[in-house]
Amino acid sequence: MSKDNQVLEEFTSKEYEHGWTTDLESDSAPKGLSEDTVRFISAKKNEPEWLLEWRLKAYRHWTTMKEPQWPNVKYPSIDYQDIIYYSAPKQKVQPKNLSEVDPELIKTFEKLGISLTEQKRLTGVAVDAVIDSISVATTFKDKLGELGIIFCSFSEAVKEHPELVKKYLGSVVPPNDNYFAALNSAVFSDGSFCYIPKGVRCPMELSTYFRINAANTGQFERTLIVAEDASYVSYLEGCTAPMRDENQLHAAVVELYAMKDAEIKYSTVQNWYPGNKEGKGGIYNFVTKRGLCAGDHSKISWTQVETGSAITWKYPSCILKGDYSNGEFYSVAVTNNYQQADTGSKMIHIGKHTRSRIVSKGISAGKSQNSYRGQVHILKRAENARNFSQCDSLLMGDQCGAHTFPYIDVENKSAHVEHEATTSKIGEDQIFYCLQRGIDEEAAVALIVNGYAKEVLKQLPMEFAVEAQKLLALTLEGSVG
Amino acid sequence: MLKIKNIHARVEEKAILNGINLEVKPGEVHAIMGPNGSGKSTLASVLAGREDFEVTDGSIEFLGKNLLEMSPEDRAREGVFLAFQYPVEIPGVSTVNFMKTALNKIREYRGQDTLDAVSFLTLMKEKINLVEIDKALLNRSLNEGFSGGEKKRNEIFQMAMLEPKLAILDETDSGLDIDALRIVANGVNKLRTKDNATIVVTHYQRLLEYIVPDYVHVLYKGKIVKSGTKELALELEAKGYDWIKSEMEVA
Repeated sequence: MSKDNQVLEEFTSKEYEHGWTTDLESDSAPKGLSEDTVRFISAKKNEPEWLLEWRLKAYRHWTTMKEPQWPNVKYPSIDYQDIIYYSAPKQKVQPKNLSEVDPELIKTFEKLGISLTEQKRLTGVAVDAVIDSISVATTFKDKLGELGIIFCSFSEAVKEHPELVKKYLGSVVPPNDNYFAALNSAVFSDGSFCYIPKGVRCPMELSTYFRINAANTGQFERTLIVAEDASYVSYLEGCTAPMRDENQLHAAVVELYAMKDAEIKYSTVQNWYPGNKEGKGGIYNFVTKRGLCAGDHSKISWTQVETGSAITWKYPSCILKGDYSNGEFYSVAVTNNYQQADTGSKMIHIGKHTRSRIVSKGISAGKSQNSYRGQVHILKRAENARNFSQCDSLLMGDQCGAHTFPYIDVENKSAHVEHEATTSKIGEDQIFYCLQRGIDEEAAVALIVNGYAKEVLKQLPMEFAVEAQKLLALTLEGSVG
Repeated sequence: MLKIKNIHARVEEKAILNGINLEVKPGEVHAIMGPNGSGKSTLASVLAGREDFEVTDGSIEFLGKNLLEMSPEDRAREGVFLAFQYPVEIPGVSTVNFMKTALNKIREYRGQDTLDAVSFLTLMKEKINLVEIDKALLNRSLNEGFSGGEKKRNEIFQMAMLEPKLAILDETDSGLDIDALRIVANGVNKLRTKDNATIVVTHYQRLLEYIVPDYVHVLYKGKIVKSGTKELALELEAKGYDWIKSEMEVA
């Protein structure tokens, strides 16, 4: 045991890789939240009147709401007046193309391994990069434009495609949906917008990288993806933040809208700063993600690899409205040290012959708490609905916790709902078996954990699967007890 | 190759090995026999470096190096291989992936380049034929849902891949029917060279009909109480372990 503890000590003291900050001059709103803050943000972004009204309505509603207390997480209460709600890296003029973007910003993203220079991109991934509150660059726009695909920052979409934004914004996650969604609706700064026209199969992965840079700043981005009839898109988001002693709030909203025969695949590799090994600092990741399978035979698939954040609170969900529509949720959530995660999915079956699948793999190490919370709801008219849920927990060491909270509501007798759950521990026997074959403990843990999470990892686009595997190993190496 | 001198070992407070002496030379096959609880598997575990066992006295030299000072993974990299009595399952990790990781770690230790995909597959193909294992099995999760025979055959396949200098087979015959036993034994025999050595730990004599030992040692209460040639195994089979027990009590 003493050796295990040593190894544990060694690896959990590993520093967060993306913990640096960039020295950027920024243009920020004063601390605190009021109608004036909302007006300030809207004015900064030269928004039309209707959007300001939409935000204000959300804000007024938010002031009547209470922060949810039901998640299985503990944190000191958040002072919403102590947060900066808008921060933008200062640029003299709005960049028209990449050559006008501040080289410091380009360097920031290169440090993260994200090259924004299109001609250098060979992987066929279009990137939208968001730092603090604004989008700094979107690549491959012209090429996608030829197919009629719109992929741009949210602010740009408001300017260039107001009719689309107006039609779909809040159509899946209404501004009064929940506390954090209302907050986001009031103060959201930027994010990505993506529109795939009828019958078009998006030829490349679309990707957004989010980074919080400025101190005392919350990030509230908004992503909206609309897929018209028989279209397809695969989308990936990645997130990192500097190491800071204070907790930072991240409250995003993602809305997916799939029409008839359309398919949206949404993948997340979440690596926000988790706090140090004593549990100081880290991001509060309170996110609302929801997809609407509006048309018949539509499909929405969520894949998430969650390794970062001090606290994670998110339930990517599917509303299966169209007949024969299909929802999927694949998740690996890793917690170490003092991290807390309360995550899972909701599958709401409304249409006939709708199908859903939930595969959740939780891994807890250190003194962390990891909860799966999921709801499967089969409504009255959802004839022949099917759901399969698999929730596995893997424990490393004897000071962490794994919890499962499944909710199943069935209102139609023809439904088939299956739920399987397992809890296991990485055994000393497994480790010794690897050691005896010449594989050291570090590599053994990586091997075992990646094997455990394989079913989820294989859902990720190839380019990101490798990155996710490394991230898993890095988060957990040596946490065996 | 291997010199075990006066090894004492215990688990928690219980003494299990009470002064084992054994020398194994290249090219030799040694069988360790003994009744349940005599310390056979403990000896195998001590050689492999399992932490649950504490060595309280004695020394083990392997190829001129102090084996007891080495970590389990370094022992493996130096050429010690243990075929487990109960091979563990690792879900989601195929034997192919497992062997690739192991082989490259060993090569790295020895200062060799890692194998590229083509060389690895060529090597694998050669070993698949040698130990007659079903290729499909190697792409499945390691040992998950394998039958007893498949697990043991997989151990021998791994042994073929890693080409150890000293192989220790811990009760490899347990849970095997006669056909599986023959296939496993054939694999072991094909892997024998004048440069490597094998220690076969077994309760029964029947495995020794297929893997013929040069020496047989009988372990009782943590000590080697009798050593001989393969005839000793037959005698033991005929007379039973009670023979050893009563002989010891008398002495």
